[in-house]
Order: sequence, then structure tokens, then C-alpha cells
Amino acid sequence: MNTALSTPKSQAKSRFWRPWMNRLLPLVGVLVLFGLWWFVAVSGWVNPVLLPTPWTTLGTLLTALTTGTMMTDLVASVGRTFSAFLLAAIVGVPLGVLLGSSEKLYRSVEFLIDFFRSTPASALIPMFILFFGISNLSKIIIAAFSAFLLIVFNSAYGVMHAKQSRILAAKVMGANPWQIFKDVLLMESLPQTFIGLRSGISIALVIVIVAEMFIGTQEGLGKRIIDAQQILNVKDMYASILITGLLGYTLNVMFLLVEKRLIHWSGK
Amino acid sequence: MMLDQPEPQTVAPPEHFISIKGLCKSFGNAVLYDNFDLDLPRNQLVSVFGPNGCGKSTLINMISGLTPFDSGEILIHDKPIRRARIGYVFQNYREAMLPWLSAYDNIAYPLRVRGMPEHECRDRVATLLNTFNINLDLKRYPYSFSGGQQQLISILRALVAEPEVLFLDEPFSALDFETTLFVRDKLQEIFLTTQIPMFMVVHNLEEAVFLADTILLLSKRPTHLVEMVSFDAPRPRTLDTLSSRPFVEVSRHCLDIFRQEMRK
Repeated sequence: MNTALSTPKSQAKSRFWRPWMNRLLPLVGVLVLFGLWWFVAVSGWVNPVLLPTPWTTLGTLLTALTTGTMMTDLVASVGRTFSAFLLAAIVGVPLGVLLGSSEKLYRSVEFLIDFFRSTPASALIPMFILFFGISNLSKIIIAAFSAFLLIVFNSAYGVMHAKQSRILAAKVMGANPWQIFKDVLLMESLPQTFIGLRSGISIALVIVIVAEMFIGTQEGLGKRIIDAQQILNVKDMYASILITGLLGYTLNVMFLLVEKRLIHWSGK
Repeated sequence: MMLDQPEPQTVAPPEHFISIKGLCKSFGNAVLYDNFDLDLPRNQLVSVFGPNGCGKSTLINMISGLTPFDSGEILIHDKPIRRARIGYVFQNYREAMLPWLSAYDNIAYPLRVRGMPEHECRDRVATLLNTFNINLDLKRYPYSFSGGQQQLISILRALVAEPEVLFLDEPFSALDFETTLFVRDKLQEIFLTTQIPMFMVVHNLEEAVFLADTILLLSKRPTHLVEMVSFDAPRPRTLDTLSSRPFVEVSRHCLDIFRQEMRK
């Protein structure tokens, strides 16, 4: 940046603009995508019934949110996602910490956890319908189940991979096993636990949307997307996809912010 | 003097701060220590030096009670290990501090686990900082300090509970040269003020000799004591000590023994 040729004035100028330019960088990809989308939509290569322009879609999104029923669907999906997530976290974190603090205990259920973690949760939807019917609870439980596996696994992993030297340090300072557990093991597991919580809420959203599509419901973004597609209301379909994406992104960013404040030592 | 002697001084003080008899330790089929004896004169700073894999770290961890041993006896001031109050400074301060606690909470941790009331903890830490002229903003988290400051904080943490022996496992190996000089000076100051005996594992000869009253030279496995070398240059030792005749002679002697051991 400080080349011999640049004058002090131009340096000051670039020092002012550079942070702004850097902050705008993430928008570049968005603009390129919207540009491409617009180009394909107006080029005539694709039937305009299947692909509206970005501006029409954003317009539909705005009116559906403010005047239409999209807000109701959004609230329903968010409600299910959070219920599922809370259920999973309340059971998953303590259980994960418990499993992680005993090597033998973890080894004995490791295969089960890994097996169900590798099974696509959507494959289990029919089974859950058998047990819980097509109620609202059914959707929440299956989403909670998928989130739970991720949360348990990560919490256990965090405890198991606590730095041995910190445990020894606490031991040599006179801490008893309970103090070592709560002051060292539990704290050591937090960064990994948060990774579990963050992936947990993401998978909960995915499963809620899929469940809304296939189990059926009165309200919900999943149902809205599939309905719009069925009646070829493509503008609403794209708008609903966009809002679902925004929802997922917002949840992720929210968790990252909380994580950064709470787990201040992570990566340091 | 700020740190009291833990034992009443009216009776004759123990002759040795560490005394080991018939220590045996194997890992699987590899014999590390076989009938190992050692007596370290009281109130000394003792450093341990030897070839790689000779079990320096295992030795310090067995004496401090972190690693169990197969048979034999280890006494600290004539008491079994678990009845002795020890301080331990780890090689890697980054992995030994509790980064979720502030520097202050880290230093006070050994007092808290003993159930000491908060105001007493605060007094103790404040006295400790005053004694050694340490001016750090302890509200900050450990990772926000420089390497040398972090190692200093972990030394303070090891000292706060008034140990009767301080163990240091390669305390300088994660530090650069400049910081090593700083921490080494502080450590010497602590040793001179508190008179706490110290047992220090090091991985370089200059560090082994510079601060020590006694240098233990260990052999390859199975480990035995090749020689206990005394170094009695006056304290405080400074950078001039490094070029003084006695220092150079003792270092050369240690190096000769080390070379002989390597050839075996």
C-alpha cells in the first residue's frame, strides 16, 4: 500500500476508501448473481413463466411479506425450528457432556450416534409419521432428532478433546474431580458445543422445511414453496425460496455473533 | 519476606527438598528408570539436563505427582508428594492457562479451589504483584498478553498458594530470546526473595547452568544420574555471568559429559 510513488494525499484518500471498499466486497457476488439471473431471464432462453426477473421476485417478496400471508408462514417455520432446536439443545448438551466425560460410555454409543448421523434425516420422516402422526409435534420432533444428534456428538467431542495440559494444570493446583469437570472440561467443550448448536439449528431448519413439504401443514415456508410450485405461481415460489435462504443465513449469523461474544478465547 | 516457610523452623529443617529412593518406571517394555536414587540439597535451584528421550519430563512429572511410578519412594521435604504443597509451571503457557478466565482469575484459581474467601484471594494476589513489582492489567484475558507476560502470569499462579517447591518444565522453551532473558531475570528475583527451592527441566545447556545451584546431568535410557555439577557463582547473576570464567568452565564440563553420553 505504501509504495514510494504514492503521495501523502493519495495515501490518506486510499486509507479512507479502502475499509469501505473491503466491507462492500461480499456484495460483489450477490450483484453478479442477480446480474446473471436478470440476463438469463430477459434473454429469452428460458420460458419467462419459469423464471421471473430478480426485480419482480423482490417485489413479490416485499408485498407478500407486508400485505400477504408470507409473514404467517415465516413465523410458523421459525417457531417450529426454534422449538425443535431448544428441545434438542436441552437434551443434547447435558447428555453430550456426560457421554464425553466417560470414554467407555461414549465408545458404547458411538456407533449408534455415527449411524444415525450418517442416515439422512429425511429418510426417517415416514417412520416419525407412523409414531407421531402428521401433527405439528411430529415435524418438531423429527427436526429435533436430527439437531440432537449433531449437538450430542459435538458436545461429547468437545469434552473428550479438552487439552490434557489444562486438566493437569487444574489437578496440580489442587482442584478436585468436580472442580476439574466444571472449571475445565465444561469450559473446554464450549467452542465445540457452539459448533454443534450452530449446525443443529441449520439442520433443524432444513428438516422443518422438508417436513412441511411432505407431511403437510396449514402454514409454513416449506408448504408455501411446494404449493406455489404446484400452481405454477413461480414469482411466489422464488420469493419464498429467497426468504427461506435469508432465514437460514440470519440464524447462522446470529449464532456466530453470540459465539464470538461468549467464546471470546476461541482460536486464541 | 512475603511467603512464609510452610513448616515451623524450630525443628531441624529437612536436609533435602527432594529425596528419591529406588524409583522404577517403565512404559510397556521400555525401562525408563530402574532403581533411581536422588537427593537434592535444600533451598537450591536445581536444573535437569540430558539427551532427548531420557525422561526429564517424566521425572519432573513423577516428582510433582502428575505421573504415577511403578515402585520406589519420592519425598518432598520428607513428606509424601500428596501432602506437599507444590507449584508447577508448564512448558506451554498457552495450553496451561484457562483462557476463559481473566489473568486475575487464573492467578487466584489455586486459592479458590481451596475455598479461600474472595477478599483474601484479592489481598494475596495484590501482595504477590507488589513483591515482584509486576504491573499488569489483570482484568485482561491471558491471550491478550505477550508470551513473556503470559509465562510470568503462570509463574505467579504457581506461586500464589505459597508452595514449598516450585517445578518448572522447560519454562523458556516457548519464548523467544529477548523474552527468555526477561522471564529468567524475574525467576531469579523470585528465587532470591522467596528462597523456594526450584526443580527445573531445561532443554538448553546455557539455561541449565545460568540459574542453577546444581545441574543434574542425566544419561540415555535407562536413565541414571551421570553427575551432579555444582555452580556457585554469586547472585544475582547477570549477562556478565555468561562470559565469566566459572560459567564457561562449568558449561564446558557439562558439555563434555553430555557428548560422552551421546557417544555411548
